[in-house]
Amino acid sequence: MPAPRLIARLDIKGSNVIKGIHLEGLRIVGQPGPMARRYYDDGVDEIIYMDTVASLYGRNNILPVVEDAARDIFVPLTVGGGIRTIEDIVAALRAGADKVAINTAAIARPEFLREAAETFGSQCIVLSVEAKRRGEERWEALTDNGRERTGVDVLSWVAEAEQLGVGEVLVTSVDAEGTRRGFDHDLFRAVRACVSVPVIGSGGAGQATDIVATVVEDGLDAVACASLFHYEQCPPQMLKAHMAEAGIPVRPEASA
Amino acid sequence: MSVVVVDYGRGNLFSLGQALRKLGTEPVISDDPAMLARADRIIFPGVGAFGDAMVGLRQRGLIEPLRAAARSGTPILGICVGCQLLLTRGDEFGQHDGLDLIPGTVALLPEPQAGDPAGVRIPNVGWRPLDVRKDAPVVGSLKPDDWMYFVHSYAPMVDDENDIAATIRINGADIPVAIARGNIVGVQFHPEKSGAAGLRLLARFLEAEIGS
Repeated sequence: MPAPRLIARLDIKGSNVIKGIHLEGLRIVGQPGPMARRYYDDGVDEIIYMDTVASLYGRNNILPVVEDAARDIFVPLTVGGGIRTIEDIVAALRAGADKVAINTAAIARPEFLREAAETFGSQCIVLSVEAKRRGEERWEALTDNGRERTGVDVLSWVAEAEQLGVGEVLVTSVDAEGTRRGFDHDLFRAVRACVSVPVIGSGGAGQATDIVATVVEDGLDAVACASLFHYEQCPPQMLKAHMAEAGIPVRPEASA
Repeated sequence: MSVVVVDYGRGNLFSLGQALRKLGTEPVISDDPAMLARADRIIFPGVGAFGDAMVGLRQRGLIEPLRAAARSGTPILGICVGCQLLLTRGDEFGQHDGLDLIPGTVALLPEPQAGDPAGVRIPNVGWRPLDVRKDAPVVGSLKPDDWMYFVHSYAPMVDDENDIAATIRINGADIPVAIARGNIVGVQFHPEKSGAAGLRLLARFLEAEIGS
């Protein structure tokens, strides 16, 4: 198994990192600058910045945060929330992002994904899906940080998005998000089976064993952690140690 | 020292610029052939498809200036698609001529066998350990714990194995991911996104005597 990527996910509201449950009931957990720096020093493989209110207000105020991070954090940075136009992507890349995660604007107009992938390359375009369980093997895609229903089926949507050229899929379980009770493994497996591009799972991890289970059993390429890191329950290096113990390859600390 | 980052409209130059600034070097980000001719070091990044990247170089009249700089002995570091363009030709979306500074072909990575637990999905995205040729310029300084960040579907398959500086194991094959010949060095991974180890590699390129 190639080493799965461990990603720190920072949900941003205004100038704060926030965390909710089921993407609601948000509370402030810290400041993005110091938190990102701490995770970088502790060995996370990537960082995702998600502007939780960008779609709501039709603006994007997360870029100064990213620009600041890009000065001394040298791992891939992804920006999501409020990416609606080619110009938004240009602005995110100029601020230091390597990839953008797109949800609401892609559901509204799927062709946007194709245009974005053709302009910037697939490696730059991540489909972000907020999945709400609606049945045995059925999930509905939500938008606007879990606030809006769409009627769109998650599994057919991720397959379509891959055809349109996205390079990765970030799937967040709205049901499990923030609960720290473990992942929606059915969801991750189902999405994994629908696409061949890398899949990043997010939402629900409460302990290291949840991460181990999903990369071993669900075949995920990457996991995005928020609560697990934010509450210092299991910082990146501790998580890596647990994974290594379970026989999963992890990136060592670089030699000094 | 004048470090020129070649700007031909096909790369995220911001991160690379920030990484160089972190190392105390203010890069000249330019598409001006005259700047290339005066450079002490040239860094040649790139993302996207091979053929399209060559179009970007051609439109800006940079193909011959790059070749001239290579002939004059200026150390050149190609990154990602910039590394691929150093080769003779590329196979992505049809056959395209490259800069031909190192003989070889850019080819698609091998797909995993169905059900192989060690299989690497293509595109290869993530941090990987490298097998490094110890005496290779720049790249030879990497240690076993210095993993690098990759995002690619194609790799620089050089004709002469003496030009291979490092490989990674993908789906049963040893794939070249760093190449070197004389003053020309190419890396398929992203040192500017590979944490402290990546920064050290860039520093090494700026400091080392290369090709002389």
